[in-house]
Amino acid sequence: MSLSVSIKKRFKGFNLDVNFETSGEYLGILGASGSGKSMTLKCIAGVETPDEGRIVLNGRVLFDSDKKINVRPQVRNVGYLFQNYALFPNMTAEENIGAGLKLPKKEKKIKINELIKSFQLEGLEYKYPSQLSGGQQQRVALARIFAYDPEILLLDEPFSALDSYLKEQLQTEVLEMLQLYKGEVLMVTHSRDEVYKFCKNIVITDKGSSVLLGDTKEIFKKPKLLSAARLAGCENISKCEVLSSHSVKAVDWDILLETKETLPQNINYVGICAHTFKIVDNDDNKEEQNIVVCKINKIVEGVFEYTILVENENSEQKNNNSTIWLKVRKEEWDNKKSKGNLYLRIPEDAILILK
Amino acid sequence: MDWSPMLISLKTASLSIIITFFVGIFASRWVVGMKSDKLRIIIDGVLTMPLVLPPTVVGFFILLILGVKRPIGKFLLEFLSVKIVFSWTATVIAAVVVSFPLMYRSARGAFEQVDKTLIMAARTLGMSERSIFWRIMMPIALPGVASGGVLSFARGLGEFGATAMIAGNIANKTRTLPLAIYSEVAAGNMEGAYGYVAVVLIVSFVVLSLMNYFTLKGRKYTKYTNKDEVK
Repeated sequence: MSLSVSIKKRFKGFNLDVNFETSGEYLGILGASGSGKSMTLKCIAGVETPDEGRIVLNGRVLFDSDKKINVRPQVRNVGYLFQNYALFPNMTAEENIGAGLKLPKKEKKIKINELIKSFQLEGLEYKYPSQLSGGQQQRVALARIFAYDPEILLLDEPFSALDSYLKEQLQTEVLEMLQLYKGEVLMVTHSRDEVYKFCKNIVITDKGSSVLLGDTKEIFKKPKLLSAARLAGCENISKCEVLSSHSVKAVDWDILLETKETLPQNINYVGICAHTFKIVDNDDNKEEQNIVVCKINKIVEGVFEYTILVENENSEQKNNNSTIWLKVRKEEWDNKKSKGNLYLRIPEDAILILK
Repeated sequence: MDWSPMLISLKTASLSIIITFFVGIFASRWVVGMKSDKLRIIIDGVLTMPLVLPPTVVGFFILLILGVKRPIGKFLLEFLSVKIVFSWTATVIAAVVVSFPLMYRSARGAFEQVDKTLIMAARTLGMSERSIFWRIMMPIALPGVASGGVLSFARGLGEFGATAMIAGNIANKTRTLPLAIYSEVAAGNMEGAYGYVAVVLIVSFVVLSLMNYFTLKGRKYTKYTNKDEVK
């Protein structure tokens, strides 16, 4: 099981330039909306043609601009789950599942029945897509793809059209159904939660280019790049100046940070996730490293936590990026006695060093 | 009242709608599937021309092509002994050419409105282009295609200018309803025209009702594509 993609496609004001390889593990492509993720999938499926490059699936060349190879989508054997599921509205669930099957009638019927059973669609065979719920539609779409026995499954923002309750439910459902599947899975999303739940490895894309490829958890822990940190959901990012091999100044916040790891010279940003700050009592010794005194600007109450917008009290400069976001669990915040200025400690390993 | 204009008109409109319907569908399918935008604009312009040109100009061009002194007309006459101008066939040709753009435009609009991701999905599922057209595009676009057909039928039935130019106004042969009305009025026989006018009015009304019926059916169909309406 392997897929290697290296393609370029030019658009007005936007260039797609994606390179990655994967073998066997679920791979996620994470990027902001409009960063060319869906286009990448469409090129792999063959419904769009890249300007140049090469796509190889399990040793089979699907596209090669140098050798003028461009295999028709019909014979690429690639399963594509569209964002809106793309069920044929004029066909029943059963007809949808059998739409691409080229088998004698009897065998076709057997195969469809098998799929209806394994995707729990009994009783819905004769319903039209519009009469099905979002989850049912997604199951029909997956059954339709599995009927075709694809070598690779491409999931294009599979949960983005759903509300949050349904989303969680479907995510577990789809994870279960994917257990049935032995081929490669490639998923495109702008949601860090989805990618974290589904994918062992990720590719980070930024403005059409693939910028980082690696283990999902590893990248979320140490994003290395500004764009990756943003996509991984890091709320606080500041420009920085490296002062020595173990200290760096976050310019936007006017904070001096000490780091455990040795700093390379070529870093431009530091990031700190909003939930990694530790609130310390002001009686603790203020000589300790990485402590910053903050004044509270705004408190926003969420379902399980408070989002608190603060600013460095001792900052000399004022700029638009000086706000620091901080997320605190409700009981922790409610138990805090003093409501004056906050003393925050930034753990050394919570500092993200970004290019 | 002489019934022959009605018969001729009915025959002409019926045959021409069959031709227009299928040629229109295939032309629109061809144009929709074109890769080059420039070519599409040019071909689309040529195919839509008869809609905006005065019918007499359309008739003039047909005469240029099929007239007995022109190469094609001459060839047909000399080698196949077929004379097209001033024959019943000419009324059909006139009706087809003039009603074609309506069919083509409606069908094209209907095909273009079919969600592109459905076609992409069908391709990744291994469906051939032909199968995609007949099993997905056609059923989804059918209401639009059908109402285009009804409109073209009405247009063919009412064709006057191009018919007069290439088929003439020969009683019992090429005199269609609109020509009959013109002849009666020209001869000062207003009463004679009433009957024909009534027939045209009734047929036109029936046709428009049919068209509304198709669009209504279309709406019923979109109910199946829009889940909010079902719930």
